[in-house]
Amino acid sequence: MDVSRTYDVLILGGGNAALCAAITAAQAGRSVLVLECAPKHFRGGNSRHTRNLRCMHDAPADVLSDSYPEDEYWQDLLKVTGGQTNERLARMTIRHTATCREWMIRHGVRFQPPLGGTLQLARTNAFFLGGGKALLNAYYRTAEALGVEVAYDTEVTELNIRDGKFTSAIVARDSVQHEIQATAVVAAAGGFESNLAWLREAWGPAADNFLIRGTPYNMGRVLRVLLDGGAKSVGDAAQGHCVAIDARAPKFDGGICTRVDCVSLGIVVNRDAQRFDDEGDDFWPKRYAVWGRLVAAQPDQIAYSIIDAKSMGKFIPPMFPPIKANSVRELAQALELDPAALESTVAQFNQAVRPGTFDHTLLDDCATAGLSPPKSHWARPLDTAPFFAYPLRPGITFTYLGVAVNERAQVIWQDDRAAANIFAAGEIMAGNVLGKGYIAGIGMAIGTAFGRIAGKEAARNAAP
Amino acid sequence: MPLPRSIPVALVEEGQRMASICNACRYCEGFCAVFPALERRLSFAESDLAYLANLCHDCGSCYYACQYSPPHEFQLNFPKMLADIRVQTYRKYAWPSPLATLFQRNGMTVSLIASASLVLLLWAMFFFIERSVLFAAHADDAGAFYAVLSHRTMAWTFGIVSLFVVVALAVGLVRFWRETEEKFGAMLSPGPLTDSVADALRLRYLAGGGDGCTYPDETPSHARRWFHHLTFYGFMLCFAATCVATIYHYGFGWKAPYAFSSLPVLLGTAGGIGLLIGPAGLLWLKAIRDPALSGAKQTGMDVGFLALLLLSSVSGLLLLALRQSSAMGVLLGIHLGIIVALFVTLPYGKFVHALYRLAALVRFHLERRRAGPEISAE
Repeated sequence: MDVSRTYDVLILGGGNAALCAAITAAQAGRSVLVLECAPKHFRGGNSRHTRNLRCMHDAPADVLSDSYPEDEYWQDLLKVTGGQTNERLARMTIRHTATCREWMIRHGVRFQPPLGGTLQLARTNAFFLGGGKALLNAYYRTAEALGVEVAYDTEVTELNIRDGKFTSAIVARDSVQHEIQATAVVAAAGGFESNLAWLREAWGPAADNFLIRGTPYNMGRVLRVLLDGGAKSVGDAAQGHCVAIDARAPKFDGGICTRVDCVSLGIVVNRDAQRFDDEGDDFWPKRYAVWGRLVAAQPDQIAYSIIDAKSMGKFIPPMFPPIKANSVRELAQALELDPAALESTVAQFNQAVRPGTFDHTLLDDCATAGLSPPKSHWARPLDTAPFFAYPLRPGITFTYLGVAVNERAQVIWQDDRAAANIFAAGEIMAGNVLGKGYIAGIGMAIGTAFGRIAGKEAARNAAP
Repeated sequence: MPLPRSIPVALVEEGQRMASICNACRYCEGFCAVFPALERRLSFAESDLAYLANLCHDCGSCYYACQYSPPHEFQLNFPKMLADIRVQTYRKYAWPSPLATLFQRNGMTVSLIASASLVLLLWAMFFFIERSVLFAAHADDAGAFYAVLSHRTMAWTFGIVSLFVVVALAVGLVRFWRETEEKFGAMLSPGPLTDSVADALRLRYLAGGGDGCTYPDETPSHARRWFHHLTFYGFMLCFAATCVATIYHYGFGWKAPYAFSSLPVLLGTAGGIGLLIGPAGLLWLKAIRDPALSGAKQTGMDVGFLALLLLSSVSGLLLLALRQSSAMGVLLGIHLGIIVALFVTLPYGKFVHALYRLAALVRFHLERRRAGPEISAE
């Protein structure tokens, strides 16, 4: 980091989108500085925790089976977002995924066949060998070989913008302020999911009980600076990818292994030992993001997934051991729930279960009758000791509030003009494409597409 | 009460904690055989960890890819934990059991044994052989070696040592296999055996995701794989040279030393060069390896074995080069002393990894052919 020079392209952030932009700009011959607020070990924001890329493809290709054409991808996106998406930008992203794997491989990323337990994603998602951190390591190696400078532990506190044009960034490192000059800037610094105060502002006091699945470094400072500076916002601050995860997970950075995948195999009760939603509504991969919100709406934002011995070993073993008891009453005591209430909930559920043929691989005919809320599939009485429970809390993965961009990744001001030399990529602008809901691997698709576009456009902008 | 030779409980518990995290995460599944093997299990007994530890090639790829490696609060250093367990399993399976203590401070032990072997042999030579014979310049005639040390002495010494070594290694292997709860015959199942031998000969799992393993640091490289190939194939060529020479001796009555252009010398020279470059390269990589992944116990053991391999090739090639000079007698003594030390320590040092790794691979390929646990989509 050299405060005496003017960099061609300054990249704010150090995740997937940031590195895609940095590599692209450096390959265009520009001098590039990447500012990463995390220490080196925790570099990469939430990209560290990712594992795949949703890819459009018209025929089977290396790790992808069958085909996943543009329109099907678009329909999937349209469905989960309920229309809160910009079709132009969304289709650009989708088309980009048809070809970007070759670029990724050239820059050190390796793909592997779908992971154990994820066969349903074999058609649509290409998994990174070793996950997102391995991808980041490869990109950092590539970027450094191209002469990209990386400053870790360096936080952006202000952007100097004059007449809609970026001139410099004020950054803090070791509590010392520096001013970094650059011709163009790419904001790729993620959302605000680690900023507990901001989450509380958006979600109310319930946010205090949220766990943050990803990096503790996404404080949303660059997002805030841009919004305060007059950038047009997209998405709702109270929208985010929110998953039901193990309540024993750490406050930050628990990542994938805090997941609990047995909701659809049993029942879920709240603090009052009452069920509150249909556990068997659909396959778990389509539901885990819904359950985060459901738990968030419960008192104290806590719930308990309860199964019996029949279901043990039939789902990916979670990191934390289950709470185990020989009767429903004992289980309630161990969970500090009202034993009578839990016994009554389980008894009512068991009575309502209609006979059927259990098959967890399809939407089977095991359902409850006359129960509210119902359990539509995979309903089997909880009658075989021992009983097991996993406590659940909402786990925030990422937020959707972002800055509006155009197809050149330029930030849009509130008056709809495009910023000449300010570009955005990744989670900070993901809300343009994904305003609501979630489909696996879309975040990396947006980050890769817009990271490369932002890098190219910033390089062009900074052309001598 | 655990058996005295069991893996320490704290280490097993730490292994279980880490394996549970890996089993929930699964991002590393494509790197090697360890993760698919791990995912077939819902819980991890000591024997499971012992198997996984011996399946691990210590390439480091999973460590550098891990979202949970230190300083993350989960403190997940999976390959280091497996390396610690692996050393413990070597002790556990060693035969005769009291000699398992040789795995404690193994580097020191190996060098002491090597020194003792050398001193003993050289002392015996000085004591029993006339100076004029020992320091005579040799005409490189057939039988010149045996003028210094009789063929009978050499054959008996190595015969007894080899027999002991083979028995000790075999018992270790049986002990390893018994813990897997697989049938003994299964070890020789043609399919799994062929697959695992192929994996071993190609060092498939030192290829990382194709770019090589992250050794000695996070940059993928094939250096370790090639140095290991040189070491292994060098060792095998030297072994082949010895076999051919044995056939020459007993089958045809041709006596060593053989001509420079003869098959045993050509094989031995090629092997010697492999054993010169390979172990030297591995030692060099080890010296510059990321300290986060190298354990003191493991390093001592590795260095001990590599150093002996290197010394045997250096002394062997020197003997070849100077076999007509007056230094031949002493060099022969040194070379044989090192070879004896190398053989004696085979069952009590790094060499055992070859056996257990191959057996673990056989088990992996046996398991791979069976249905896995029925787990619903996540």
